[in-house]
Amino acid sequence: MIALSHYLAVSGALFALGLVCIILRRNALLIFMGLEMNLNAANLALVAFSHFGGHAGGQVLTFFVIAIAAAEVAVGLAIIVALFRRRQTVNLDDLAQWRG
Amino acid sequence: MTVYDSLFWFFSLAMLLSAVLVILSPNAVASALYMVLLFLFMAGLFVLLEAFFLAIIQVLVYAGAIMVLFLFVVMLLDAREPRRWWSNNVMGLVGGPLVGGAFLAAVVMVLRKTQWTVAEKGGAFSGNLEQVVAPVFADYLLPLEITALLLLAATIGVIVLGRKDDAS
Repeated sequence: MIALSHYLAVSGALFALGLVCIILRRNALLIFMGLEMNLNAANLALVAFSHFGGHAGGQVLTFFVIAIAAAEVAVGLAIIVALFRRRQTVNLDDLAQWRG
Repeated sequence: MTVYDSLFWFFSLAMLLSAVLVILSPNAVASALYMVLLFLFMAGLFVLLEAFFLAIIQVLVYAGAIMVLFLFVVMLLDAREPRRWWSNNVMGLVGGPLVGGAFLAAVVMVLRKTQWTVAEKGGAFSGNLEQVVAPVFADYLLPLEITALLLLAATIGVIVLGRKDDAS
């Protein structure tokens, strides 16, 4: 019998994998994909709460998250393209000149 | 094991496997395609949770629009990585799994300790279009309008960011 905690465990595992992706990869695009994974993990938890709690709020919030993720991706990718145009790289180790 | 259970395990394990492949793939185009797979399996989980509208939105917006944008940028930049991308990032190689494992352990600990109060099944709510969208235009009207404004701001921001600099 699949219960709420199963879905939350899957959501937590996906979030952890997103964190690993962000920390492990040095390519700005891959780090961005890790962020998308985190957003999706949060979405899954929200929809699971909405389903098992019998309330529409979680699904409405997920709807907003998806809309805002679209805007975020557009702006973030534009920043990465602008960065690439200036520095010819998207590897964050090559952009570490501001390190303290 | 019922059909529902086996579908749940199939979708979640396949989704986590594609997440691992996104992380490990040396080629950014392959990563983006695994990401599309991940979104499709996530849509399957949404269907299991009776969130049919969100499952369609997930496929259309995430797998369709967002990942196509990603693929365009990946191919446009042609940012090749060394075949052994992990060789010069020892700190991330240790820290990434460490932080991820610690987070997962914390989640599992919380889940084992918490007793969730679950609503009676067969209630009035299911995730069909009317029941999800009606509150958007009633209780959540102000956030909806703000989101519209945000999308406009993002559009203008992207146009400004994407311009060629005349100064240089």
